[in-house]
Order: sequence, then C-alpha cells, then structure tokens
Amino acid sequence: MSVPISWYLLLSAVLFGIGAIGALTRRNGISIFLSIELMLNAGNLTLIAYARQWNDHTGQLIVFFVMAVAAAEAAVGLALFIAVFRQRRTIDVNRLNLLQG
Amino acid sequence: METVIFFLFAALAIGSAIVVVTHRSPIYATLSLVLTLFSMAVLFVLLGAPFVGVLQILVYAGAIVVLFLFVIMLLNVQKEEDAHVDRGVQLWIAILGAVVFLGMFWLAFWRTGLRIGGPAPAPLTEDLVSLKGLATALFTDYLLPFEIVGLLLLVAVIGATVAARRPDSETVRPDDDYVTAEDPSTGPVLPREARS
Repeated sequence: MSVPISWYLLLSAVLFGIGAIGALTRRNGISIFLSIELMLNAGNLTLIAYARQWNDHTGQLIVFFVMAVAAAEAAVGLALFIAVFRQRRTIDVNRLNLLQG
Repeated sequence: METVIFFLFAALAIGSAIVVVTHRSPIYATLSLVLTLFSMAVLFVLLGAPFVGVLQILVYAGAIVVLFLFVIMLLNVQKEEDAHVDRGVQLWIAILGAVVFLGMFWLAFWRTGLRIGGPAPAPLTEDLVSLKGLATALFTDYLLPFEIVGLLLLVAVIGATVAARRPDSETVRPDDDYVTAEDPSTGPVLPREARS
C-alpha cells in the first residue's frame, strides 16, 4: 500500500523543528550550519511530497535550486568561519560579539 | 512494503537528526548528518523523485558534507560545552516560538485538506518520475532561474576564495594582543612570523 502524503509532511515538520532547535541552541558555528542544512532538507522533503501529491514536477525543480543555494551558502559560510577563526581563534558564536552595540 | 520502508527510514532520519543537533563533537554530528541525508534520499525515491534522490547523495553527502568535514578538521574545532538553554527568558521564548510554529504548521496543514491517515495519493505517472519531463521543464520554462543559479554559484566560489584567503601581511593586520587578551584558553598564539 502507498503512504499518505500527510505522513511525509509531518516528518518534514519534525525534522525542521529539530533543525530549528539546533540552530537556536548550539554555540558552535559549524553545528549551527549543520542544523540549517537539516532545515533546508526538511523543506526539500515538503516540496517533493507536494510534487508527488499533485503529480507536477515543479516541486522537484525547486529542490534543485534549493540545493544549489545550499551549496553556495555552505561554501561562503565556511570560508567566513575560516577567516574568523584566523582572527579570533574561535568560532563560538557567543564570543564573536565584535558587532554588538 | 512501502509503509515499512517509510517508517524505517523516517525513524532513521529523525534519530540521526537528533544526534546532529545534540552531539557535542562536530565530526560525529556531521557524519550523522550524512545518515540523515541518505535516509531522506530514500524517501525521495519513494516519492517518485529518483533523480533528486541521487542528486541528494551526490551533492549533499558527497560535496557539502565533505566540505564541512574538511573545515572541521582544518580548524580543529573543540567540543563545546552544554547548549545553554538554562536561561529562563530564552527558554520561554523558545517554547513560545515552538508553539507558534506548530500552530502555523497545523493551520497550513488543515487548509490543504490533507488528513492524517487520509487516502493514498494517485498512482505515479510516467511524466513525474521520468528524467525527460524534468529536464524539459528545467531547460525551457526554468531556463532563466537555472542560469541565475549558475551565476550565483560562480559568485559564491569567488567570494569563498576571497574570504578564506590568507591575509596579506601589509593589507590586513590582525592584532595579536587583542586575540590573546580575549581568549587565553585556546592555546598559545603563534607569533606573526610563524603564522603567516
């Protein structure tokens, strides 16, 4: 038998919630990035599930674009962390308060 | 059969996702993310998107996660202490945010007309699964976004190269006193000559 789409949506919401909790509570910059990737993937699962529901592959195309943006974000973000680590010797986001007013 | 596969890999995805956000060592968290991405690729295949599933493994597990591992090993990131959820205000704001998010999700879910345990979706069509339909749409209707994404990746590559470049000694001047005064616990700070 086939699985109803709503189960996929629930799974996606749970994964997004886990990623959001991680992004808000972790202090290590890399761990925050991992949580953001998790949230992006939960969004991708929703898009694919709706593409399946309406038999339309536009959702799958948007997933391509999301993946490309995620790759660009990861590359730039990790480069920024390397640059910050050179200057401050830490990527603990609680210690990176240079722009704090 | 499909139900069994769905529950197996859904449980695997949730379990490894919890490990991603709770494990203190970034290396284990990243490797656990690979497991999450693999199980989500299986779910993509189950949903009639085999090409996206393959792309998920190639791009995410193959490229992005390896990039993460490289950077973690390059920076020699230490294990962090416990996540600081013990502050009262932050905890209440987090609970409020979770409730608001769940309420929004439930509203959106309700309006779609889909229900828990509702009817199974229509059988897969050839057009949805085939690579041909996907590629045709990508290179006709979505050609401009496709080109823009290519440009975005180019800009990201250039930006990452510039940002991660070793600073020139005459243009950038990291003040060592500030670093040592700020954080003496992370080991000895090398003198300028030894670092560059």
